[in-house]
Amino acid sequence: MSVAMADPRITAVVFAAARHQRGGRFIGLFLILVIAAVVVVLVIQRHKDRKPIDDTQRMPHQPDAPREQAVAAQSATLAEAREQRGGAVAVPAAPRPPKAMPSGRYGLSGVLKSEWTKLRSVRSTMWTLAITVVLGIGVSALVTWQTRAHWATTTAFNRATFDPAGTSLVGLFIGQFAIGVLGALVLSAEYGTGTIRATFAAAPRRPMMLVAKAAVFAVVALVVAEVVAFVAFFLGQALLSAPATHATLSTPGALRQVIGSGLYVAILGLFALGLATIIRHTAGAICAYLGVLLMLPIIIAFLPSSVQIDVRRFLPDRIGAVMISSTSGPHLFSPWIGMLLLCGYAAAALVVGGVLLVRRDA
Amino acid sequence: MIEAKALTKHYGEKVAVDQLSFTVRPGVVTGFLGPNGSGKSTTMRMIMGLDAPTTGDVTVKGLHYRDLPWPLHEVGALLEAKAIHPGRSARAHLQMLAESSHIPRSRIDEVLDLVGLTAVAGQRAGKFSLGMGQRLGIAAALLGDPEVLLFDEPVNGLDPDGIRWVRNLLKGLAREGRTVFVSSHLMSEMALTADEIIIIGRGRLISQIPIDELLAQSSQRFIRVRSPEIAKLKSALETKGATTVVEEDGSLSVRGVDEVAIGELAASIPVVLHELAPQSASLEEAFMELTEDSVEYHGAPTATKIASTDGAA
Repeated sequence: MSVAMADPRITAVVFAAARHQRGGRFIGLFLILVIAAVVVVLVIQRHKDRKPIDDTQRMPHQPDAPREQAVAAQSATLAEAREQRGGAVAVPAAPRPPKAMPSGRYGLSGVLKSEWTKLRSVRSTMWTLAITVVLGIGVSALVTWQTRAHWATTTAFNRATFDPAGTSLVGLFIGQFAIGVLGALVLSAEYGTGTIRATFAAAPRRPMMLVAKAAVFAVVALVVAEVVAFVAFFLGQALLSAPATHATLSTPGALRQVIGSGLYVAILGLFALGLATIIRHTAGAICAYLGVLLMLPIIIAFLPSSVQIDVRRFLPDRIGAVMISSTSGPHLFSPWIGMLLLCGYAAAALVVGGVLLVRRDA
Repeated sequence: MIEAKALTKHYGEKVAVDQLSFTVRPGVVTGFLGPNGSGKSTTMRMIMGLDAPTTGDVTVKGLHYRDLPWPLHEVGALLEAKAIHPGRSARAHLQMLAESSHIPRSRIDEVLDLVGLTAVAGQRAGKFSLGMGQRLGIAAALLGDPEVLLFDEPVNGLDPDGIRWVRNLLKGLAREGRTVFVSSHLMSEMALTADEIIIIGRGRLISQIPIDELLAQSSQRFIRVRSPEIAKLKSALETKGATTVVEEDGSLSVRGVDEVAIGELAASIPVVLHELAPQSASLEEAFMELTEDSVEYHGAPTATKIASTDGAA
């Protein structure tokens, strides 16, 4: 929870519920349970993947010639080789007539289709997106429900500054990690498994592949993140029954908060994809992504406060915190300026990654 | 048609491929032979445009790989076994390749059927054995019905039936007039499959010759003779102009005369013969001879042969 650690001002607004002692303990327990469940599911899947299938149902096209002939190859001598080659005449076959090929040249539409097939044909996509949805909606609902449950004991100041829309969206701050993992995986898994060579064999213009990959991932990530944001918002507001204050989409800023937080998560995913293009290793890319989101705020918190104030507003997690809240804090960028900056980070990572992609050996 | 001109690749200080020039013609199977680490795979990756040459140039059908308008329709390659996402099904792997090249779906079923993976097409590739992975790689190479085919160690991990199948496939593809370029570190395999051989060692071209010439050149026939009166026979043979060597086990290795002449000579002396057996030098020995000075990783002296013939290059 990078937000909670780094800026008490916004924490006061967004994490009002989480700060409550009894609620905090409950939420901690819930989070541990969710994470444990996710880990168990992933381990089981992994285990299943490793079980080999039995090899009995293979090769309907087996040649029916005796094995000995093939085995003979292992210890072939000159005479045997000559015999098996049948006198050996290396007369080249007649050249083939030119074959009919599609007109023009392979292009973006085909590569986009290919990237879409890649994304939906591996289960890590389904898992990371499911985790995004479950954590995004679940944590948001839990936090709003606990806020409502402890409304009677909430101080007057906290009630006055309560941000119902922001509170119902906090789960997206957890979902951002799962989306980031997917963003990294869509590229790093190709390097990890060697699929990248098949990809480049089919479409050797590498920047086109990266554009297609980023586009397909961006659409999927944005759709999922927006769905999570809207569901979390409506569910949260439904849970905030009177006397707690709640918001509707027409509450000033609420629509921006909902749409903006989904956008924030999707763009962070693209940033992770850019990092993976630069780093090319799954573990390395995910570490870098977590480092930017979790470590950087901690490092900056140790700097002299005058420096902190100047630097902190550039951090992705601050940009997200502003986007998710109804009010911006002092020394922070306004929501859309921040979002523009975040797009700049993602674009920079992708451009650097793209240049390296072209220059490096696959 | 593949043409390499002074192709060179450095990885830092290490020279993987050194001034390599060769031409691979259509209509024949061209073997690419060399010990482990001799630069075969690096060369193939450069043909595919995956690695950029440090200097020099390589073209397929007169173009750099990246400039081919429809790469999969023109070049098919099996570069490594199991370079496939373990969570993706065989069919999905082929589908994503087919889509970027506008290859119809029916062709996916065709190649799956051709390599015998139809029954397991929906299963995740991570569960495949090495041999099944090779078959999927071959299916991917054939997907676009290309005129140029590259296979890097295609028989690795295959059982004898599979090896035979690949051998016939390669010959069949060449007979159809395609360019077939196949690497191996096994001379015996090449002798059965290839029509022409490009031999490299330490990244340098050692020789590019038709296989028959190579077989004839390195032919080292000799005849093993056993006899209770070996010394008598030996001197008689030497007066006939034969070269003879007494081996450690007491047998006599004779070169320069054939078994008929030895038998007749023995009868005329007369000397009793216990064995008269023509021997052929193995192809592996011929290959070892050629690449003797260029083996990258020598094993201990007794293991040299193993080191140069096992594992992937």
